[in-house]
Amino acid sequence: MDLTSLTIPELRRKLSTGAARPREVVDQLAARIAAVDPKLKAYLHLDAEKARAAADSADTTLPLGGVPIAIKDVINVQGDPCTCASKILQGYVAPYDATVITKLREAGAVLFGRTNMDEFAMGSSTENSSWGATRNPWDLDRIPGGSSGGSAAAVGGHEAFAALGTDTGGSIRQPAALCSCVGVKPTYGRVSRYGLVAFASSLDQIGAFTRTVEESALLLEIIAGHDPRDNTSIDRPVPKYTQSLGQGVKGLKLGVPKEYFIEGIDPEIEKSVRAAIDEYRSQGAEIVEVSLPHTKYAVAVYYIIATAECSANLARFDGVRYGKRAQHPKDILDMYGRTRAEGFGAEVKRRIILGTYVLSSGYYDAYYNRAQKVRQMIAEDFRLAFEQCDALLTPTSPTAAFRLGERTQDPLQMYLADIFTIAVNLAGICGVSIPCGFTSGKLPIGLQIIGPKWGEETMFRVAHAFEQATPWHKEKPPI
Amino acid sequence: MAESPSTTVDVSYVADLARLRLSPEEIATFQKQLGDVLGYVDQLREVDVEHVSLLGEADLKNRLRLDELQPSLTPEQALANAPRQENNLFVVPKMVE
Repeated sequence: MDLTSLTIPELRRKLSTGAARPREVVDQLAARIAAVDPKLKAYLHLDAEKARAAADSADTTLPLGGVPIAIKDVINVQGDPCTCASKILQGYVAPYDATVITKLREAGAVLFGRTNMDEFAMGSSTENSSWGATRNPWDLDRIPGGSSGGSAAAVGGHEAFAALGTDTGGSIRQPAALCSCVGVKPTYGRVSRYGLVAFASSLDQIGAFTRTVEESALLLEIIAGHDPRDNTSIDRPVPKYTQSLGQGVKGLKLGVPKEYFIEGIDPEIEKSVRAAIDEYRSQGAEIVEVSLPHTKYAVAVYYIIATAECSANLARFDGVRYGKRAQHPKDILDMYGRTRAEGFGAEVKRRIILGTYVLSSGYYDAYYNRAQKVRQMIAEDFRLAFEQCDALLTPTSPTAAFRLGERTQDPLQMYLADIFTIAVNLAGICGVSIPCGFTSGKLPIGLQIIGPKWGEETMFRVAHAFEQATPWHKEKPPI
Repeated sequence: MAESPSTTVDVSYVADLARLRLSPEEIATFQKQLGDVLGYVDQLREVDVEHVSLLGEADLKNRLRLDELQPSLTPEQALANAPRQENNLFVVPKMVE
């Protein structure tokens, strides 16, 4: 019996009735990884023995009892490495659990493997990993998206049932689209960031990769909630997201922002997304055109705010308390300068320089302050749009997966890969990407459903209605 | 309209501020690439932001708690990842004569 292609609810039924044992699940997953991961390179660290031990003591009556979950290598799991795919954290062993990890443990999950990513989550292709690029399970010559590309490839390639990722400008939704997964970025403050290595603190949110919407809703209801250890997490009750599914979209108003169908979008992507909109119309949703006039500034705003925050957050990597330290430093400045020179990769250095520059004396008002104001205008665009509709429908990515190496020499082209996902982070609202078709070359296409702040229930309900009526999420990659 | 910011970055000066040593090749590459990015970012100057005043996060408020001891990492755990340590302290190169 092949367990690795089951959904979590299917697996849960097998485990709770005794038709399968948690150890068997770990064994099968480990065998699948041994067979395909040399090609995909989705995992950075895997301790199958530790997972087997956890499986043997798993309580299968719990909501995730005995279910293995993979974790992006940017979240602390006590006793495991957490390198953020950076040489500067080589050898680091996490001394504590992130709050999301505590919640997964309490739900009975078996923590299983650390997944690859762009270094410190900076990138859109997972090519910026210090340990080598991850491949797309649908075409090994192509990128899986990023920065959570390892999590996306693992779930899309049936090497994981589900995985946690993080999304600062699209790092869950864009790779989910490119690997044919469901990827959810919750409202800012919905999930605790305690124990997540910070990149851009006002934008970062932890979310999940799964193969179906129901699993996405299930994982979010487990990891969400207020945490006194993260003062930006909000004290609001966590709804049972899984109970918002199955109600259909009749009576809902779904907005289509005209600024998301622009020149430069691949015609095959536009066609699939338009077909998805038609599907919603035929299910009884009212489709309304809306306008988000400041959309075109989102990428520019993002690369000021995210780099400014990263330059401050990454100051902690100085060779003093953890990670790498340059050999034989002459003095303290030499130690800082060389430790960071040797430890960080090119993209991280580029962003630290840009972020330091936009915050530096004389440029702060022209760049950072102005960007914050435009950010507020972008958030206001969404607020007004949600007065006219319940959720928005857009493409997740302007193109399908591109080839490895295609954009590595041109940072600006790489940044534009996130053009449809970034504004959601800037506005602090929620979004989910679901499979909505394939290109003629059989590359996955994603549909993004955007909800207002705390609008996850409607967002999942809309996502689920499409998924149940279409075959895309059932397709398996050739690997 | 705000004053036009420069689109050339003095990369070696900024790298110094960021405590990041760069090679001459890196400085040259970043100079060009960051020039491209700043050229792109420059489009924000066309947005009229005069009337915008920043509101901050409406959902967020300061949360206070009693200043009481709570469980935290032990000194051994906190030091476990240190490149150099001695006597429960992080050891760094000498800073003051």
